[in-house]
Amino acid sequence: MIAFSWRQFRTQGLIGAAGLVLLGLILLLTGPNLVHVYDTALAQCRASGGSASACNNPVISTDSKLQVLVLALVLIVPVLIGMFWGAPLVARELETGTFRLAWTQSVSRLRWLAVKLGLVGLASAAVAGLLSLMATWWFSPIDKVNANRFGAAAFGVHGFVPAAYALFAFALGATTGLLFRRTLPAMAVTLVGYIVARFVVAYSVRPHFMAPVTKAFTLNPNAGWGITDSGSGIQVSTDPPDLSNALIVSNTIVNKKGQTPSASFLHTACPGVPGVSGPPPSPVGGHTGAVPAPGGGQQAFQQCVNAVSARFHQVVTYQPASRFWTFQTYETLLFVLVSLALAGLCAWWVCHRLS
Amino acid sequence: MIEFHLDSRSGVSPYLQIVQQVRQALRLGLLRQGDQLPTVKEVVGQLAINPNTVLKAYRELEHEGLASARPGVGTFITGSLGGQSLAAHGPLRQALQRWIVKARRAGLDDESIEALFRDSFRSAAEEDIA
Amino acid sequence: MSWVLDAQGLGKRYGRRWALRDCDLQIPSGHVVGLVGPNGAGKTTLMHLAVGLLTPSAGGIEVLGRPPAADPAQLSRVGFVAQDTPTYARLSVEDHLRFGAQMNPGWDDASARDRIAELDLDADQKAGSLSGGQRAQLALTVAVAKRPELLVLDEPVASLDPLARREFLQSLMEFVADGAVSVVLSSHVVADLERVCDYLVVLVDSRVQVAGEVDDLLATHRRLIGPRRDAGSLPAGQDVIEESHTDRQSTMLVRCDGPVLDPAWTVEELSLEDIVLAYMGNAATARRAHRKLEVFS
Repeated sequence: MIAFSWRQFRTQGLIGAAGLVLLGLILLLTGPNLVHVYDTALAQCRASGGSASACNNPVISTDSKLQVLVLALVLIVPVLIGMFWGAPLVARELETGTFRLAWTQSVSRLRWLAVKLGLVGLASAAVAGLLSLMATWWFSPIDKVNANRFGAAAFGVHGFVPAAYALFAFALGATTGLLFRRTLPAMAVTLVGYIVARFVVAYSVRPHFMAPVTKAFTLNPNAGWGITDSGSGIQVSTDPPDLSNALIVSNTIVNKKGQTPSASFLHTACPGVPGVSGPPPSPVGGHTGAVPAPGGGQQAFQQCVNAVSARFHQVVTYQPASRFWTFQTYETLLFVLVSLALAGLCAWWVCHRLS
Repeated sequence: MIEFHLDSRSGVSPYLQIVQQVRQALRLGLLRQGDQLPTVKEVVGQLAINPNTVLKAYRELEHEGLASARPGVGTFITGSLGGQSLAAHGPLRQALQRWIVKARRAGLDDESIEALFRDSFRSAAEEDIA
Repeated sequence: MSWVLDAQGLGKRYGRRWALRDCDLQIPSGHVVGLVGPNGAGKTTLMHLAVGLLTPSAGGIEVLGRPPAADPAQLSRVGFVAQDTPTYARLSVEDHLRFGAQMNPGWDDASARDRIAELDLDADQKAGSLSGGQRAQLALTVAVAKRPELLVLDEPVASLDPLARREFLQSLMEFVADGAVSVVLSSHVVADLERVCDYLVVLVDSRVQVAGEVDDLLATHRRLIGPRRDAGSLPAGQDVIEESHTDRQSTMLVRCDGPVLDPAWTVEELSLEDIVLAYMGNAATARRAHRKLEVFS
């Protein structure tokens, strides 16, 4: 039964393997160069006292198109696996009627399903996992420069967690294919379901895998600030301090008593700043850079910032960089458990509901 | 080796057709004593009929003493129809002609005579087999 | 007498519609059984229940003495070819033989390869590019090479040209001649069944109308033609299946236990097709009468 499942999967598997080998060769050929740029150009730049962004630039801009491609691959390959390996797995047999051939041989339906799910599921995890590990290795000089791999977007394209994503997408594809009995609708639902699941986990679940660390930092008047007038009042915000490779959960500006700057305080301390007194001239937002106020507005803004920094400090909740691999493990376990649950649903459905 | 054919329109059941074809072949000398009849598998492979039909026909031939089955080898012709047919033809033909005259005198037309003959022939054949 | 198929009150429902209902059927082993009836009568449903692709909504069914698809051992005793003979279009003939070998412990590889060679099939040809007849033969090969005790075929020759049809039936009969196996095949072409089957089941409107040995059916059904008479005036032991009357003449198709002795009748024998049509017509009349009742009540 295993040999036959492989025969059915053979073409897809070989394509996956060929893609991996091809990409591996490209990464192998270009990797050492990236390391070289990092070791030499960056070190020289820092040694001669260049600014951070100027020194980082050579590394970030080397093979920039390839960087985008690799990131894109690690991001999409799991869901492609779900759509093209998972969705047709059972749906195709139901569509073409070959299940009437397969289920009347001397093999139970459960064993038939288990072998198919097991073989292709393992292949899915292996392909995506190898892809991700190769990419992580190749990206390491760039990661050292960016120092942002724990961020919501970057986390999912590093390390081994994409293997679990692919396994989940595969399980989701197989389940929807089984429930809908049609490959194309299953592919569509798998795509949407996968995106939703990844978003929900990345933004609502992941930050809470472990209780985050909370720390107070003094405010830096020279960092990026923003003053916005939202519907519920005036918000002051600033960039978090430099916590490399940490996952920032939240950061707020509070005083010793834990209160955010009040409207009355801001009116007194920041008189000339647009948005604080009078209607805002133009939408002001974002954390980086100064408010694009004309002329003297810049000085008033800086005065405001200084005033806030004197009275308030910054409280940041975050997951420290050291927890990166722990979180990779937790997220992997989460997606693996969901995949197993989906596989269980498939087994129950095939054995009891498809009669 | 004899080859069978089936006339699906003749109204005669398939196994009887096989029996008749064997008898006809014996009459014409196409089959002789010691000849082997085709195996059941060969017959059904050619005619696409139920094997039981062929078995029934071969059993009937055995019952009539025309053939006998040797287990593991096949079914072979053991008897003959030879002499009994030609010699009896003359007197039988005369008796039949007298009967036809009688029937005509009784007022039967051609079709009725044929129908009467066919019905009697069939029920006699069935009684023979029973 | 062992039953190859034993259905008691068997029924299968999809939502509110019954695809098969009150099916009581005992089919003896060692026969080639024809299952005949119009489309939608429930033939496919009955077969799918027999091979374990469906589970009953009502009643029960046993095949070769056990519930269908109870375990792999039971699955290996029953061979099945579904309607339109599904095969893996992208896999070759050779792949299908390997499939059969891996999925069935009792696979007879030598005989399977002999059959493929006899049929002149190219082992490397993809199943999707085979002709309808060749695909049907391939599916039959896969089903019989596992040496089942019961072979179930759902309209195997429905979409085949006459030559392919004949060749398929020849292959099937050779397989039956080879060993102790029972066959159940469905069709709505009675002429094919007449050559090949020695047991017949007529299924109309998801109910069994008649079931019995073909020889027995041919011996007990007669067409009676005579002066105008009421069906009720017939003696017991003569059941009217179909009747039609003019002002002077009555024609009735009856099932009788013994010979018809009333000299007023002209008695004619029937072909199997006549008998099947009569039972199918009988069911259609009953359905129309039932509908009329529904309209008026």
